[in-house]
Amino acid sequence: MSTWLEPFAFEFFRNGLIVATIAGALCGLIGVYVVLRGMSYIGHGLSHSIFGGAVASSVMGINVLAGAAVWGFASALLINGVTRRRAIGGDAAIGVITTAAFAVGVALISVRRSFSRDFDALLFGNVLGVERADIVVVALVAVGAAAVVFFGYRQLLFTTFDPEVAETSGLSTARVDALFSLVLAMSIIATMRILGVTLIAATLVLPPVVARMLTNSFSRMLVLSTSIGALCGFLGMYASFQLDIASGASIVLTGAVLFVLVFSVTGAQARRRLGHAHL
Amino acid sequence: MSAPLVSLDHVTHAYSGEPVLDAVSLQVARGEFLGVVGPSGSGKSTLLRVLAGALAPLAGTVSRSGTSRIGYVPQVETVNWDFPVTVAEVVTMSRTTGRWLPWSSKSERAEVTKVLDRLGIGGLSGRHIRELSGGQQQRVFIARALLRQASLLLLDEPTSGVDVRTRHDVLHLLDDLHAGGLAIVLTTHDLNGIAAHLPRLVCLNKQVIADGAPHEVITPDVLERTYGARMEVISHAGMPVVFEGGAHHEDVAADLASRS
Repeated sequence: MSTWLEPFAFEFFRNGLIVATIAGALCGLIGVYVVLRGMSYIGHGLSHSIFGGAVASSVMGINVLAGAAVWGFASALLINGVTRRRAIGGDAAIGVITTAAFAVGVALISVRRSFSRDFDALLFGNVLGVERADIVVVALVAVGAAAVVFFGYRQLLFTTFDPEVAETSGLSTARVDALFSLVLAMSIIATMRILGVTLIAATLVLPPVVARMLTNSFSRMLVLSTSIGALCGFLGMYASFQLDIASGASIVLTGAVLFVLVFSVTGAQARRRLGHAHL
Repeated sequence: MSAPLVSLDHVTHAYSGEPVLDAVSLQVARGEFLGVVGPSGSGKSTLLRVLAGALAPLAGTVSRSGTSRIGYVPQVETVNWDFPVTVAEVVTMSRTTGRWLPWSSKSERAEVTKVLDRLGIGGLSGRHIRELSGGQQQRVFIARALLRQASLLLLDEPTSGVDVRTRHDVLHLLDDLHAGGLAIVLTTHDLNGIAAHLPRLVCLNKQVIADGAPHEVITPDVLERTYGARMEVISHAGMPVVFEGGAHHEDVAADLASRS
């Protein structure tokens, strides 16, 4: 068998490839809203907060996924609530809430004085241990997220582009924001074992940023970003096996290379296009 | 007389304890064209947001006619022009009920084309919003409000930051829409270019200082109570013309005479 096709002989690789591709597509899809809502830092902070929840759940003997889900959603709602009050800036609110939650996880690990492979995977990403159940979880979350984006397309677009006018048009922006926070938290929880909490924010940000350079249309950006995310997941996972590097890092580096390529090719063109805007 | 589209009764609002609207009572009737003027921080935008229902007052009551549908056009300065969105996407995003699919139906596309054609921006539906002129950008947001079949259009500073020609274009467009039966409320800082041309004007500074036809409310006394500064007002071709300190009454009169 050719060296190129050799990895496909292993079931763990095939599982990893499938899950990395779905996770990449999921992050690419959700990432469009994360970037356009100016929530990139929330994605970063939320993943750290969820790590704290996962560790706390493990220490308390609760199902890690369920515990992380509750913790993640609570953090997302808390960030939303604090940001809406506007007494302190959104970035500061995220900094306080998510780093505190992360610190809880680190403190619990230090009390236990053990650092299991599971937490190692949560931090840096590892698809080697991916099982069919993991694929099912990621696929279900991806289908759920896609359904929310599909059926709530206009509501999400309106509240992302123009929240004030959306509110005057009878849309509850608070409800839409809470729903999106839930989808974001679930996406991070489902993909953090593959991508790692330290790198997940990059997989939420890189595909939409690359897609933005290629189009001025929102609907096309959604499709492009999802495809780019899936491509980065697929190529990154393949490179991870061939180069023997952590899967999360490999996927992010693939996205970064794509960013540099697209920026080099379209950067000047995009700048020119925007430069002609006010003729 | 038919019931007003929106009615405010002693509406009060404040931000962080600082009052912005103080016992404001105002009625907007079907088919009215009303301008709101006042200094920065006088509560103009807050008043619009209360009328639109985006803001609940701390005290007082807001009642809306059951058939009223409100279209809100934000200040262009608040729009994110780098957002990846085309004209058609902006116009259709407000249709959030009655259709679950992301793409527009055939009848929706026909409606969008009709509205864009009506506003003179037909053929631009695939363009990015940043690629339009100031007047076209303003029309896109008016089109979005019209697609909601609004009976009351609220515009926050529709001519701020645009050149004189665009200001004229926008005013003429609003005049046409008003002639078609649409009620319009707009805020403006432009006393001579816009406010003086409207059928009804409200001078606001946290409270309603005056409410009536421009020639009734644009007076030195009302302007001083509204803006806290003395201004002179002369009448030209039956319309009040305001000029602030610095220019002499005679100079302005001579200038107007030379233009007419």
